[in-house]
Amino acid sequence: MLGLSKKDTSLLIIVCILALFAPFILNPFPEGSAMAQFNAGYPDLMQRLVIFGIFAIGFNILFGLTGYLSFGHAAFLGVGSYAAIWMMKLLTMNVIPAIVVSIIVAGAFSLLVGWISLRRSGIYFSILTLAFAQMSYALAYSVLTPITGGETGLQPKYTDPRIFDRALEQGESARANLFGLQMNSSAELSVGNWLFTFNAGYYLAAIVMIVAFYMSIRIFRSPFGLMLRAVKSNQNRMNYTGMNSKPYTLAAFVISGMYAGLAGGLLVAMDTQVGAERMFWTASGEVVLMTILGGAGTLIGPVLGAGFIKYMENIVSKINKGILEQWFAFLPDGIEDLLITLVYPFIGKGWHLTLGMIFMLVVIFLPGGLVEGGQRVAAMFRRKKSNPETPDGKTTPAE
Amino acid sequence: MDAIVLQILNGLDKGSAYALIALGLTLIFGTLGVVNFAHGALFMIGAFCAVTLSRILNWSYTVIDESQTDFLGNPLKVDVPYVHDWFGVQTGDTIIDWAVPLSIIFSIPVMIAIGVIMERGLIKHFYKRPHADQILVTFGLAIVLQEIIKYYYGANPIPTPAPEAFAGSYDFGAMLGFDANTIIYPYWRLVYFAFAAVIIGAVFAFLQFTTFGMVVRAGMADRETVGLLGINIDKRFTIMFGIAAAVAGLAGVMYAPINSPNYHMGMDFLVLSFVVVVVGGMGSLPGAVLAGFLLGILESFASMSIVLEFIPGINQIIIYLVAIIILLTRPRGLMGRKGVMED
Amino acid sequence: MGILEVKNVGKRFGGLQALGDVNLSVAENSVHAIIGPNGAGKSTLLNCLVGLLIPDTGSVMFDGQSVLGRKPYEINQMGISRVFQTPEIFGDLSVMENMMIPCFAKRDGAFQLSAFKNMMDDKEIIENAEAMLEDMNMADKREMHGAALSRGDKRRLEIGMCLSQQPRLLLLDEPTAGMARADTNNTIDLLKQIKEERDITIAIIEHDMHVVFSLAERITVLAQGTPLVEDTPDNIKGHPKVREAYLGETQAA
Repeated sequence: MLGLSKKDTSLLIIVCILALFAPFILNPFPEGSAMAQFNAGYPDLMQRLVIFGIFAIGFNILFGLTGYLSFGHAAFLGVGSYAAIWMMKLLTMNVIPAIVVSIIVAGAFSLLVGWISLRRSGIYFSILTLAFAQMSYALAYSVLTPITGGETGLQPKYTDPRIFDRALEQGESARANLFGLQMNSSAELSVGNWLFTFNAGYYLAAIVMIVAFYMSIRIFRSPFGLMLRAVKSNQNRMNYTGMNSKPYTLAAFVISGMYAGLAGGLLVAMDTQVGAERMFWTASGEVVLMTILGGAGTLIGPVLGAGFIKYMENIVSKINKGILEQWFAFLPDGIEDLLITLVYPFIGKGWHLTLGMIFMLVVIFLPGGLVEGGQRVAAMFRRKKSNPETPDGKTTPAE
Repeated sequence: MDAIVLQILNGLDKGSAYALIALGLTLIFGTLGVVNFAHGALFMIGAFCAVTLSRILNWSYTVIDESQTDFLGNPLKVDVPYVHDWFGVQTGDTIIDWAVPLSIIFSIPVMIAIGVIMERGLIKHFYKRPHADQILVTFGLAIVLQEIIKYYYGANPIPTPAPEAFAGSYDFGAMLGFDANTIIYPYWRLVYFAFAAVIIGAVFAFLQFTTFGMVVRAGMADRETVGLLGINIDKRFTIMFGIAAAVAGLAGVMYAPINSPNYHMGMDFLVLSFVVVVVGGMGSLPGAVLAGFLLGILESFASMSIVLEFIPGINQIIIYLVAIIILLTRPRGLMGRKGVMED
Repeated sequence: MGILEVKNVGKRFGGLQALGDVNLSVAENSVHAIIGPNGAGKSTLLNCLVGLLIPDTGSVMFDGQSVLGRKPYEINQMGISRVFQTPEIFGDLSVMENMMIPCFAKRDGAFQLSAFKNMMDDKEIIENAEAMLEDMNMADKREMHGAALSRGDKRRLEIGMCLSQQPRLLLLDEPTAGMARADTNNTIDLLKQIKEERDITIAIIEHDMHVVFSLAERITVLAQGTPLVEDTPDNIKGHPKVREAYLGETQAA
């Protein structure tokens, strides 16, 4: 189907199901129950899950296939966001031009950065991309304030020209829309104690993510994708086989930059504001984490990694001391206190500590990420039961 | 003219910090072949050693002083640091005042221990793994270290003053024959520069004149051959890692009065220090030191208002810009060796 | 006029004259061996042929075109394929994928952005790659990872990859270095078979005299950066100058 093998098609269908039914899947707990706070089925979080999924899918095309570790991809996301918000200020609040232009601008910027950075490889490449991203960040904060809004960032204003839209009425605020369908409009469905929210913006982002995922499968299976893997495997042999590795890596760099721009444009389409902090190098580090955690070089890994990190971030940050006490209440007092003391640093504001630990453990013990972990678990099951119908490892991890 | 001298001086302290961190990075990279993204965290931990010691010295118990009363007429509660009891009030106060320099002694064993544990416990297992894995695992470690510090010390910068004796500024202008008060420079920054120079000198002397240093230098040049000679190079490299950690830690200790320690200062310096290492030439110790000072001074020139009038914002990006130009024109950096990280 | 013409090539590294004044002509469809003691400049000469080094003086013409100043991939596209001393293959890719890459390189050139085709739908490439795997007796290993192959199989694969580009000149850099006797003989047989079945010129740089005398039709002896003699294997065997060059080496060692 769609030029995909049977296995890839089923992978695509799984991602489609996960994305389209996310409002159900992420809302497993009934409203008003003690666990309801761990529901993740609200629009803002779901949008982030899929948008960062797109970002990671794109990053994986560069890092997973060619092995070039960029530490500056947040710059492309940021540039895409700025381009999108300017389209909203100048042309229309319709998200289509914003998203299209964000891809183009991020692509052009990544062409420039890639053209220079790819003259070097290895750690030099990582540091060059880092330098470019930090430069963009510093400039966005200082000199480029007229374009970027500096510290305050940018958001649509009443006074913006917006030449394609009708003038706003007094007191009316500009809202991102798709031909009139507002991105923040939602439909709700109440089944028993459960309440499910279907958000227009989320479904736009989810459909874009599915398309992005489909394109990444095509790239992985194409001759171009094969050459990118050849770059990672043995550049010397590649050059002596009559292949010019430079344009291949540059093309991969630009494609992943365009994915980042798309993610940046979508972020603006969902939440119409931009600040320079989304270009900071920790943001670049985050997409590296997502890709590695999920499984670099695998198709579904980055989606899982992005989903896992954003979902865990949401849940872990919400746990507080009270909840811990509830959980461990059944234990004797001494052990309860000890456990709470031990776990407390990792929850709430300690989310980054948890993230850092998970990340280290993954790099040390599971370099292939969640996908490899899933495969290992599946292999173990197969050996134990010698049952070929155990679920494929790629589908087991969370989201 | 006086402005130029002032900017050179201003660049020295930041340059010193860059140079010290870059020196440690290069030592680790040159000997162990590991790209250590957690090196900035070691600098940060050093700074927090100073914070910790000054807190320890300020440990107090509360006594009720009958001779003094507050405005309600109740006897006043006074905090008395334990050091007053042990060394007398005057000596005790001096010790508290000199907390930062004293932290040097305190931090050396702490940093060496942290470095050795890091190397034996984690880095050792990554010698044979690709550079990308090394970057990633040390990056994860850096996050963990900085979050631990944040958990115990909070997110706000903690002011850690230098001793009273170094509080003022020195008027260089008068000394060099310019007008008075044109070039004034805080004493502590002079101390920092001198301290950095001593540490750098000590590291070089150590590598140059001791057998240990000779083996390490040989190991940097050709690890396998030295291993074949029957010298236990791994053990020496562990010690080398400890030393590099101590150098970063000391840089951090002394930097505490210049820039109040906060949990993310390590990352801020790390990114720049990597740029410094690359500009200096991966694996070249003199290159790291030279580039550290060069970029520190360049940064301070770029922040002169006269320069900013011409090229606004240049102070923010000058280091990165220089790094990009150098990497493209001299791929091995200023003093890089052939064959280092050229895969 | 040979297919490869090396004229007056010299190369100096600092104070070391690695190549003096090398003249060499490799006739089309011949097997030409270049031998010489260590440090004779064999590797330097080879690197000049494939674009890794640019000689200080002289010219290197392949099929009437200069190769100097061209990048390795351009020289490969002209029709020169190189086999390395330690087999250079794509270790992370399957044997089949390894074989497909040179087929793509031959048909599509140095770069093509075909990001939306499925490579497994490309009948022509698949057929070519499979045929070459058959020729190399590796069809049963097509799904194995390159890195998992034995040393001899890696060498076979590498030679197969070079051949699937249908090069006019195959350069072999000590193809049997570090190999066990059995693997060496297999490689010799493979090369003989290639020679018989295809219109191809082979230039071989080799240390192992057994390999050289089993394969070569013409031999150039290089010593201290200059060609000593060039002749048929039979004449080379008893040549006094050659014995001297090699004897000199043994004495030095």
